[in-house]
Amino acid sequence: MSNVDRKARLTGAEIIWATLEGEGVREVFGYPGGAILPAYDALRKFPIRHILVRHEQSAAHMADGYARASGRVGVAVATSGPGATNMVTGIATAMLDSIPIVCITGQVGSKVLGTDAFQEVDITGITLPVTKHNYVVTHAEDIAPVLRDAFRVANSGRPGPVLVDITKDAQQATAEFDFAAAASEKLRDHPMLSVSEQGIAEAAELISTAKRPLILAGHGIIHSGAMSQVRALAERAQIPVACTLLGLGSFPASHKLNLGMMGMHGESWVNHSIQEADLLIACGMRFDDRVTGSLATYAPKAKKIHIDIDPSEINKNVAVQVSLMGDLATVLDQLLPRIRTRDAAAWLHSIDQMKGDAAVRDIKNLPDNGHLYAAHVINDLWHATSGDALITTDVGQHQMWEAQYYKHEQPRTLITSGGLGTMGFALPAAIGAKIACPSKEVWAIAGDGGFQMTCPELATIVQEKLDINIAIINNGYLGMIRQWQETFYEKNYECSPIFSPDFVKLAEAFGIRAAAVTTRAEVMSAVETARSHKGPFLINFMVEQEDTVYPMIVPGAALHEMIRRPSSNPLIETASDV
Amino acid sequence: MQHTFVAYVEDKPGVLTRVASLFRRLNINISSVTVGGSERPNISRMTLVADAPPAAGHRIMASLYKLENVIQVDDVGRFSSVSRELALIKVATTPKTRSHIFELANVFRARVVDLAPGSLMIEITGSESKIEGLLQVLNENEDRVLEISRTGRMVMRRGHHTSRVLEALGDVESQNGAASLPTGEALPEEDEIGDYTNESGLPHQKT
Repeated sequence: MSNVDRKARLTGAEIIWATLEGEGVREVFGYPGGAILPAYDALRKFPIRHILVRHEQSAAHMADGYARASGRVGVAVATSGPGATNMVTGIATAMLDSIPIVCITGQVGSKVLGTDAFQEVDITGITLPVTKHNYVVTHAEDIAPVLRDAFRVANSGRPGPVLVDITKDAQQATAEFDFAAAASEKLRDHPMLSVSEQGIAEAAELISTAKRPLILAGHGIIHSGAMSQVRALAERAQIPVACTLLGLGSFPASHKLNLGMMGMHGESWVNHSIQEADLLIACGMRFDDRVTGSLATYAPKAKKIHIDIDPSEINKNVAVQVSLMGDLATVLDQLLPRIRTRDAAAWLHSIDQMKGDAAVRDIKNLPDNGHLYAAHVINDLWHATSGDALITTDVGQHQMWEAQYYKHEQPRTLITSGGLGTMGFALPAAIGAKIACPSKEVWAIAGDGGFQMTCPELATIVQEKLDINIAIINNGYLGMIRQWQETFYEKNYECSPIFSPDFVKLAEAFGIRAAAVTTRAEVMSAVETARSHKGPFLINFMVEQEDTVYPMIVPGAALHEMIRRPSSNPLIETASDV
Repeated sequence: MQHTFVAYVEDKPGVLTRVASLFRRLNINISSVTVGGSERPNISRMTLVADAPPAAGHRIMASLYKLENVIQVDDVGRFSSVSRELALIKVATTPKTRSHIFELANVFRARVVDLAPGSLMIEITGSESKIEGLLQVLNENEDRVLEISRTGRMVMRRGHHTSRVLEALGDVESQNGAASLPTGEALPEEDEIGDYTNESGLPHQKT
């Protein structure tokens, strides 16, 4: 029976699920506990699948992965106190990457709020800076309106996480439930959003007169669903495209105008192009320090057009000449009729020149020296999956190699913790993504360090019978930490070597099939075994231990001043010598 | 530079924390904040004064608007406006000094609202500079001022461009402080004394 159209007197607990059902929620990720038990007691009456996690941080990451994979709001549920505080890292991860999730926490009874009751914590106070908004609900009749408002907030404007803290007595009390009447009254846009006719005209003029324009493609393209508009802009005016980490997939990797990823570990020609450009068209990106390098020397020759739905991002890091504050797809729809075709052969040719000898240095063209490099693994995985898998990653070296060597053609096929850089994200995010997209081939790629942060979720995979493949890039170090220690701390590898259990045995203990790979020759066959196996499969790739992600821009250095791989070590360098 | 914002916010628990937390996150000190009722039911009006670089004004306003409980923000420092503060000042007195303090209060058009053996309390309303002026002369005798309580600044734009009118007109741009200066009538400041420059750098219009 659908509860959406039903008007009835329900308990607060029932109202929670009925409202979620009304909002289109079919799956939630959670963990029960005392203060949320009334809600769990009522769950069986509703057509909602509950995925039992092993740690509440993972519940938030799963909701996050679910949202990133599907574009729908992800929902995580936890109890009061430690259940709620455990979610904080997951909430902050979603906040930094603008992901719409709704986190529901139980809270102690309203009569004892503020008394340090058992498992009481001020979770709305704790999460205030890492949520888009949060609520405390102490009355059953407020649950439906607040939850509906939470969905509106999470998914409107610049998306973000919302937390709803519901006291136990509010779950136990009864109230009239009327889903339609509980619709959010506030349907406001940010009042400063403004796309003026003059702004559009100025942007069109800048684009038509630019000699060396560049599109900076960010996560906002995917949020807005502006992939076709960005592509139309790029193709019509022959403007090359550089992607942020979270913008990967917003523009087809194989497109001839796609230069690749920009920033700290972007290929050299991408960053050189930015520094040489005379016009940057920033689409749904926020000039994060990881993509700009030193702001003082960033894109010195370029005028900037910034299109973003969050007015507080305009002129935050980089001063821009034209700002178009609005939904990206809508703005580009207004702009596109003004864009004329133009000849960009000279600019595209000069970017080609910037690539220099990158092709001969490319991993694919290097002889096998018997070592297994992470980049090989990622590149082979890309080949094996025809670039069509949904990949989640943790943070660190493997994440950057993924960004460099797995070519994403479609949006929502790379799910990675960009802004917060959260270790342990990949595995739970993969679970959320697989729940959202059951027919999609999902691979979680994690380092040996990050994997150990959330590996109990292997049990969740088994319990929920999920067909997820896991690739551990195992180098025996916290790889990016080691790389920084190598580069900035005179190879003082303090606390970065990390012991790991035998991941194959670990997986088998959970009932998951697994294999270890130590040579490049084994990579493809292991990947194929994992792909053809019905059910989860874990591969422990024992890769070169002291391998380094290049190119690399030292924090605070200019974008064009990158550290290059020593030429005596002709391995996975793909940057040029320009 | 000193920024002055007027914000209409929902009158709910925690809203002040959200606003204050925003400034905290930006590492901007709030030099004064006043909160109270407004012309709209269940909506409070805040006047926030903060020192920040000139360019920070846009970001602060845009960030305030990202708070769900914030309904409207006006960067009033950029407009001709009336700015007031109220202060209660308790002054130590002796039978000899009492009448002198009465005189000082009179000059500043302040009122004596409590008189007790050994002390009296002065209520003064006006611009910050006027209150500073009174405190300056009271402090000439070091042990005279016992307590000071100041409300912080409250500000209202001059003329008929009230928030409600702007809203009715759908004039979002000037609500946001992006429009040109409104031409409010130059009303006399009846109780002004001392320095006639308000905090926004715009001269008070005096008779």
